[in-house]
Amino acid sequence: MNDQGFGRRDFLKGAVGTAAAATTARSLTPADAHAQQPAAAPPASSADGYSFLNLDEAAFVEALVDHMVPADELTPNGTDIGINIYIDRALAGGWGKGDRLYMQGPWKTGVPSQGYQLPLTPAQLYRAGIAATNVHCRKTYGKPFDRLDETQREEVLVGLSSGKISFEDGLPVRVFWSTLYQTVIEGMFSDPIYGGNRNKAGWRLIGFPGAIAVHRENVEKYRGKKFPSDPVSISDMS
Amino acid sequence: MATKLKEVDAVIVGLGWTGGILSKELAEAGMKVVALERGGVRSTEKDYALPNIRDELRYVVRHDMMQNTARDTLTVRNNPTQEALPMRRLGSFLPGEVVGGSGVHWSGHTWRWTDMEFKVRTLYEERYGKTFIPADMTIQDWGITYDELEPYYDKFEYTAAVSGKAGNLRGQVQEGGNPFEAPRARDYPLPPLTPILASEMFTAAAKDNGYHPFPRPSANASRAYTNPDGSVFGACQYCGYCQRFGCEANAKGSPHLTVIPIAMRNPNFELRTHSWVTKVLKDSDGKRVTGVTYTNILNGEEFEQPAGIVLLCAYAINNVHLMLLSGIGEPYDPVAQKGVIGKNYCYQTGAGATLFFEGKYFNPFMNAGGSNATIDDFNINWEFDRAKAGFVGGYNVAGGFNTVLPIGYRPVPRGTPQWGKAWKAATAKWYQTAMNIGASGSVMANRYNYYDLDPTYRNAFGQPLMRMTFDYKENEHKMGRHAAKVINDIAKSMNPTALNEATARTEPWTVVPYQSTHNTGGTIMGTTPRDSALNKYLQNWDCHNLFLVGANVFAHNASYNPTGPVGALAYWAADAIKTRYIKNPGPLVPA
Repeated sequence: MNDQGFGRRDFLKGAVGTAAAATTARSLTPADAHAQQPAAAPPASSADGYSFLNLDEAAFVEALVDHMVPADELTPNGTDIGINIYIDRALAGGWGKGDRLYMQGPWKTGVPSQGYQLPLTPAQLYRAGIAATNVHCRKTYGKPFDRLDETQREEVLVGLSSGKISFEDGLPVRVFWSTLYQTVIEGMFSDPIYGGNRNKAGWRLIGFPGAIAVHRENVEKYRGKKFPSDPVSISDMS
Repeated sequence: MATKLKEVDAVIVGLGWTGGILSKELAEAGMKVVALERGGVRSTEKDYALPNIRDELRYVVRHDMMQNTARDTLTVRNNPTQEALPMRRLGSFLPGEVVGGSGVHWSGHTWRWTDMEFKVRTLYEERYGKTFIPADMTIQDWGITYDELEPYYDKFEYTAAVSGKAGNLRGQVQEGGNPFEAPRARDYPLPPLTPILASEMFTAAAKDNGYHPFPRPSANASRAYTNPDGSVFGACQYCGYCQRFGCEANAKGSPHLTVIPIAMRNPNFELRTHSWVTKVLKDSDGKRVTGVTYTNILNGEEFEQPAGIVLLCAYAINNVHLMLLSGIGEPYDPVAQKGVIGKNYCYQTGAGATLFFEGKYFNPFMNAGGSNATIDDFNINWEFDRAKAGFVGGYNVAGGFNTVLPIGYRPVPRGTPQWGKAWKAATAKWYQTAMNIGASGSVMANRYNYYDLDPTYRNAFGQPLMRMTFDYKENEHKMGRHAAKVINDIAKSMNPTALNEATARTEPWTVVPYQSTHNTGGTIMGTTPRDSALNKYLQNWDCHNLFLVGANVFAHNASYNPTGPVGALAYWAADAIKTRYIKNPGPLVPA
């Protein structure tokens, strides 16, 4: 579906055929196929559309999650396990709209120990952060994040996570990064009902059994032994 | 204008453990009781059931059962020179908001706090002299003794289905229990939980190091159980979804399956959910309260509920907030060191190490809320020399797991990349093959750690937010260094493949990430109205028909989890009200 995402964006922008779009190594590798073997096919692609991210943002998020979670023998890549879909839904939903966030001013920076103090919902923060990151990327590399090669993407993520990049518009980079990182983790390890962790790939990676009901017998039986886990999700039990 | 309702004998604000206990006890004593709870009703059958309860994102990350900071929160700062800013989302602590309160989503760790807390100033001054306690450390005796509270601890432990092993039965130290605990009249109602590999390995290592490990007492029923009130518990399933979750097996001691349904069956009791109390009303003579005002948050309608007795049983923070909003008692002033409401806010501190053992499977997804082995050698062990260690208080050290789910828990050795193939490989390798050793430390009261009303920010009802001023002081830093060394020494003796060593915290307290929902103090119990808000029966010194129940009454914070004394004090206060106060309303302790 990444390829579809890129294709749609490129088609709409009339930018089809640039080398960058074609070099992101998105073809299904044997490792992908192997990793996908143990369980049933992913959910129908009808659930894959974006409800919050615009085309630039979708391209950014797809590139981000595939860079952070690249395909190998352990998991398919980030878009193939739906982390981008998880992020889109989270941003479009109540959390993204700041439904439990105290949003009254006055707004002040404060000190780090006082926590989140931006006048932005998570969705607004994400949107502003992607735009600011792409400004940085265009300035540094002449193109947006999703068109960078792997080494350049790595440089950008190191810059964001270490705070070495600063955004010209004043958005605090560390706050953006911590939100970005947290949502990637959530998309990889939350129950598949939220759109990510498709095929329970995140849980399979670590051997987490998921929404399992009971371990009363297992706690002695498997003490010190590897638990033979075929993870169960909420939808498997519904 | 608020609609004035018919007077009742008692109005209870908040229906968690303390409100549930008081509701049941007072209704059974024949009093007409109304409980007002902000949250709604949730039941094991409909809400804490499989499969939907097994949802880390919903319950742990998105705080589904917790208070909503969009409506009411606190402002926070580390010291009085800073400008406090709102805690815009939950983080460091997570107060609950449902019928059952935080008693639904706790882990169940149930401790007996001893005279080492209740007589803290007396004991330290006796042993270490008058100058050992720093001048700005405002610790004081609580006015109660362990012996007075012992039968009420027992009652709470038997109500909540605590599994554990006695360490001291009527003065006789018991093999396998906590040798430092104060004498108990009888053993726990249930045997200890089945140990997991991490707690077994910690137990062995702690013994090798000369310490005294024991299974952590926890309100997770180790087998099916019927408590003295007839409430039925299932056996703990070690499902790994305990803290932040309601228990699908009804195995966790929770008020929604014990005291609250018993109160609900009593015709003397009425529960009103979605009822947000905004003020406690003071009588014109200032010696009594007359009831409370509250808003039905389903439609915004305001009510006045007159009552003979008002009991504040909300989360500790909210009880203090309500007192400040209602103008009852003198607000604490840290400069003049006068006033009592807001005084001695305390929290907890800690340190932790992660130990990696290649090829050893800990199955971190299989555990009860209390699957930890613990040592109290540096906690309630009075032989531990504080003069040498240089701090007041103590810490317990534990090895094991409770509720470590993969969004929040994916241990990797320090230096591992945060993303990419190497990160994935390390995450896959170590998720199941790591264990933790952690310390939880006391926080002694300090002159500059306190609550008052914020001058700027307001809640959804237009009322000032409460302002929390808190930071760790040198006492906690010294304790943290001591704890980190003990943890690392134990950890190294276990020869792990890799070790993320414990380090003492040096940074100020911060509202992120999650640390502990053990906020204490603000309306403390004590021996005189000059330096405390409540007498030993949790009765307000100013208004004798106002009682406050919860960790807000603690005069300082210990290393232990607070629910044991919270529950015991609720039964203790209920007894005082039933047997003494309603026969002869007035101060139970002369001021």
